Amino acid sequence: MAGTATEYIQHHLTHLSTVKQTSIVDFSVFNFDTAVFSIAMMILALWVLYSAARKATTGVPGKWQCAVEMLVEMVSDQAKSIVHGDRTFIAPLALTVFVWVTFMNAIDLIPVDLLPAIGSWFGIHYLRPLPTADLNGSLGISCGVLLLMIYYGIKIKGIAGFNKELFTAPFGNFILLWPFNFLLNIIEYIAKTVSLGMRLFGNMYAGELLFFLIALLTGMLWQGEIGMTAFGVIGQFFAGLCWWLFHILIVLLQAFIMMMLTLVYIGQSHEGH
Amino acid sequence: MTNVAYVALACGLIIGFGAFGACIGIAIMGSKYLEASARQPELINTLQTKMFLLAGLIDAAFLIGVGIAMMFAFANPFVG
Repeated sequence: MAGTATEYIQHHLTHLSTVKQTSIVDFSVFNFDTAVFSIAMMILALWVLYSAARKATTGVPGKWQCAVEMLVEMVSDQAKSIVHGDRTFIAPLALTVFVWVTFMNAIDLIPVDLLPAIGSWFGIHYLRPLPTADLNGSLGISCGVLLLMIYYGIKIKGIAGFNKELFTAPFGNFILLWPFNFLLNIIEYIAKTVSLGMRLFGNMYAGELLFFLIALLTGMLWQGEIGMTAFGVIGQFFAGLCWWLFHILIVLLQAFIMMMLTLVYIGQSHEGH
Repeated sequence: MTNVAYVALACGLIIGFGAFGACIGIAIMGSKYLEASARQPELINTLQTKMFLLAGLIDAAFLIGVGIAMMFAFANPFVG
């Protein structure tokens, strides 16, 4: 692993993808590492929740069942207060979003070089294990929320009601205002989707990059380019520890925000303007 | 000034202006929360949940800016 600091960071920032991305929107690029890790985290999340549900007893609960029950109760309370309608699908959706995004974000807490090193034993030379630090991953989740917003809008209000609201809210039902209402509603949907996805992306990307920079404090000690110093080793330990502890909060907070905003947006599509 | 210098300045400005807005926003929200919890201590727990949610929302634009600035610093798409 020869090279300078920039090469180290750029090596870690390269995806395991089909082709190298050349423009902002490039549909021939498929990031295998994002896909594999997000599916793996989904399987893990479902297994965790299923294993608690399978052994659930109505008697005195064990610790694992207690923890999962607390989580489900928290999500259910939030869903009850935000969504006024049929919650049999929406509350489990919020729980899935919370647990899945938490697990995906928690991959960031694994030491930076560990997963790429294990990958290089199997011949995988570029691995970016964090799915939500890939803009594709985060925007994928928020596009799913967008589809749900539209689906629930049409289901609650009917196609005619949904279209009517698309053209008459918020300024009023005058034919001259229809283009402005439509434009404003389209902008509102786009802004909600993009902000939801990019908030998660920005937080996780910045966190991941800070871990790279902290890892560089020790330097690549056998290359002599940056060199290992006492300041570097001790500095990396303390800076890494502080940032790691703070990042646990960010991981949970961003997952919680994602869940709350999913509930709020779906709840908004239940009500009219 | 070289291109590298301009990119470095740009990254600094993005992060600086974003931090300016985010910090003032969190400070105002935090002060309102402390005032409210002094007036009505029974609301501390419910307001605390909402406060953390709002903190995440206020930090959102700033962290998107940090993400973009880091991208320009290390994986600049306009170069090469």
